[in-house]
Amino acid sequence: MTFEKIKTILAEHKDLEPSDIKLESTFADLGFDSLDTIELIMVFEEEFGTTLEMNDGVKTVGDVVNLIDEAKK
Amino acid sequence: MSFSIIGTGSSLPSFIVKNEDLSKIVDTNDEWITTRTGIKERRIIRDESLLDIAEKATRAALKDANTDASELDLIICSTLQGDTISPSLACLVLERLGVECPAFDINAACPGFVYALDVAAAYFESKKAKKVLVLSAEQLSKFTNWEDRKTCVLFGDGAGAVVLGEGDGLKMINLKAKGQRESLYIPAFSPDSPFVKTESSQNQFLDMKGQEIYKFAVYTVTEDVLFAAQKAGIEIDDIDYFLLHQANGRIIEAARNRLNQPASKFPMNLCNLGNTSSATIPILLDEMNQNNQLKDGDILLMSAFGAGLTSGVCILKWGK
Repeated sequence: MTFEKIKTILAEHKDLEPSDIKLESTFADLGFDSLDTIELIMVFEEEFGTTLEMNDGVKTVGDVVNLIDEAKK
Repeated sequence: MSFSIIGTGSSLPSFIVKNEDLSKIVDTNDEWITTRTGIKERRIIRDESLLDIAEKATRAALKDANTDASELDLIICSTLQGDTISPSLACLVLERLGVECPAFDINAACPGFVYALDVAAAYFESKKAKKVLVLSAEQLSKFTNWEDRKTCVLFGDGAGAVVLGEGDGLKMINLKAKGQRESLYIPAFSPDSPFVKTESSQNQFLDMKGQEIYKFAVYTVTEDVLFAAQKAGIEIDDIDYFLLHQANGRIIEAARNRLNQPASKFPMNLCNLGNTSSATIPILLDEMNQNNQLKDGDILLMSAFGAGLTSGVCILKWGK
């Protein structure tokens, strides 16, 4: 559920094919630099109505899905 | 009674450091720096002192305002640190000018200029001053870790000043701060004494968590702009220019998109100067004034954010 929503947002931001976005894809792989990543985190925060704490461990799409699911609990 | 800006001035160090020059010092390159920040070059104090450029900016602002230094009732200088801890940089400028009036420094990090304007506004309101000089002079290069490729590419040195006179130019001003150290800080350097040994002198440079500051900056600017317009009783579309703190082109762009405003309303000079902390806005204002970009009646919004975490916003009607 979270993953599907994230996929749509990511695909819109960088003109990616949703099917190319996998849980294990890193943001760097998908062509996002560190500031793109934080910009996305902010979009996710607004979309999911939650605050996400960034840390250096957040590298893949799966990491962000976990972060959002944790925050929603 | 509030104030109007009646003159502007700025001064930059002569030494230019380009992105290519930095790529010889740390593992970086022009493309990396440009795409992430918009910065191409910055000025670094080497051939002059901070006081020298502070004095030049001051004299230029006084000239532009057609004001003699002897008419000043107050000097407020925003700086992280002057050439001396004491006397204040404001007093050193006073010495160069050869006049006397109350003078002091304030440190509110990057929003320091807006903070200083707010202090000045109180002096005007209480009728304690008719002419005030607000000066921002910054030497970030002193605190830069030239081995940290994430931060050393961001900063530069420079000075900007304005002369304020009685008037109704200021429409609103608001300051905010929330204490939070980790995201952005510069440790103080204290030498050993016979009684106290410092643990380590290693970590004496600026440290910043870029992503956290980016997030803080974009949210804060967006919030502050909307609040300011509401407080001033205008629509954000009525604002002619948004003078945002020149920290990073990507921050300005992100805030602009959120505010849904055209790029032409967001002047930028960070490409040539980098982030000069509290000096970015008065330098930018002076450039616009000198280039005759500003018309009487233009509505200007200034918004800055920085270590503290602090932020400040104001709306001014231009007209000298």
